[in-house]
Amino acid sequence: MTDLHANLTALAYLVAAVLFIMALRGLSSPETSRAGNLFGMIGMLIAVVTTVFSPEVQSYEWIIAALIIGAVIGITTAKRIAMTAMPQLVAAFHSLVGMAAVLVAGAAFTNPDAFGLVAADGNIFVGSRIEMALGAVIGAITFSGSVIAFTKLQGLVSGAPVSFGGQHFLNALVGLVILGLIVFFCVDQQPWIFWTMTALAFVIGVLIIIPIGGADMPVVVSMLNSYSGWAAAGIGFTLKNDALIVTGALVGSSGAILSYIMCKGMNRSFFNVILGGFGGDSDSSGPAGDSDDRPVKRGSAEDAAFIMKNAGSVIIVPGYGMAVAQAQHALREMCDELKQAGVTVKYAIHPVAGRMPGHMNVLLAEANVPYDEVFELEDINSEFQTTDVAFVIGANDVTNPSAKSDPASPIYGMPILDVEKAKTVLFVKRGMSPGYAGVQNELFYRDNTMMLFGDAKKMVETILRNLD
Amino acid sequence: MEANFIQQLSIFVLAIFVGYYVVWSVTPALHTPLMAVTNAISSVIIVGALIAAGPEGMSLSKMLGFLAMTLAAINIFGGFTVTQRMLAMYKKKK
Repeated sequence: MTDLHANLTALAYLVAAVLFIMALRGLSSPETSRAGNLFGMIGMLIAVVTTVFSPEVQSYEWIIAALIIGAVIGITTAKRIAMTAMPQLVAAFHSLVGMAAVLVAGAAFTNPDAFGLVAADGNIFVGSRIEMALGAVIGAITFSGSVIAFTKLQGLVSGAPVSFGGQHFLNALVGLVILGLIVFFCVDQQPWIFWTMTALAFVIGVLIIIPIGGADMPVVVSMLNSYSGWAAAGIGFTLKNDALIVTGALVGSSGAILSYIMCKGMNRSFFNVILGGFGGDSDSSGPAGDSDDRPVKRGSAEDAAFIMKNAGSVIIVPGYGMAVAQAQHALREMCDELKQAGVTVKYAIHPVAGRMPGHMNVLLAEANVPYDEVFELEDINSEFQTTDVAFVIGANDVTNPSAKSDPASPIYGMPILDVEKAKTVLFVKRGMSPGYAGVQNELFYRDNTMMLFGDAKKMVETILRNLD
Repeated sequence: MEANFIQQLSIFVLAIFVGYYVVWSVTPALHTPLMAVTNAISSVIIVGALIAAGPEGMSLSKMLGFLAMTLAAINIFGGFTVTQRMLAMYKKKK
């Protein structure tokens, strides 16, 4: 390789890295985001073309085959997937990055010559061994963890946490063995060490995700997003590729920030979430059996339609239940009808509503709700006290006032939407079952709350018919 | 080798800071597209797969590279396409 060629290659990777930064930067507002995505694609194209024309790449049949297979599967899946299934899709994509990292590390280990990793004594550089070990281990954890997250989100297994005695001890033990093997691998580059630690990393990926409940998935998905970045960075060090190092760092910090935002939205520490055992999926099931003797005010769709039509302002509070019932389109039609009747309609989104960060926003956007009618918690919370109706659909714990008043509550301290301050609260719910945190919602028993029992989508459709 | 590593570490650390500030400026409404696009760009790991799949002849390393390339390619095409699909839905009030 000539110096000129090497420099040009490094320069091309730098351009790709800058384009990736601009892709993320574009997401600061919806207007610039589409251009941002285009920058990302151009960056990827530059990185791939540069590598294809490097002297290490001499045969192209397999490469072209892989690209065609990838394009067909990737594009078909991306075009067909329902927006409500976005969390599972992202989890599935994370697993692929993780597996790719393991495979690249494996390839580098079995043929270090091709990657220029062989030292004068015929062994792989010690530094490179650490890097490929980290890339393989983090990649393997990302893979198996994401597969478990996927099966939980897709409903293939129950979203309830799986716990057993000595779980944390077992995790710590496996983690320590992996660390020991990495050290051992630096001393002696035996294949069995490399493959054993990779296999154990697959196991621990499963072990750390099974105890985490369905409703904590926003943290898990963000965390796995972060891991996929660190795995890529590890491989970037092995390959001495700046584009990969920069991208890995960007993705790693992005996932870490999202995890932090999600934990803050639940007022729980990252460790509390990771140690797991919190809540199941109780919100999505359960009959209308009263677990509390206090009376609640029940309303019908006619009542709700009457109240909202005569209101000046309505704030919609959507949650995961709306996604499960696929009620977003009917909801938007209902709001269109209200707007025509002269009612001001806004949407309030809690940071952890849904199963991944920003999940509700995407669903509302899909239903053609303009994004400037959708507000984040801190921007809209003060408006509830001057609002006539808060319409809660598919959300529960994020509206529970005991998070503010009851220090004994498991969700005490969690930031909540102050829906109880609205003149009337309309609460769409299937039954009286508590939310995922397993706590009764005080809001149900308030004088200004009217419960609308039924399927979210059917309820909204019936309200819509009664608005005419 | 040593100097090279320090240089890469510097790039890595600086990129974490860039990522930190850029990601905090992402609007929460676009957090789902953010995850989809970070996922797509982290598949730039495909450059490693290309090098592994590149040599003539057949070897274990080449097979691993081919598999890694296929997975990364699914992610790249799928990730950018789904991000584009989502971003196209965000519209302003008429």
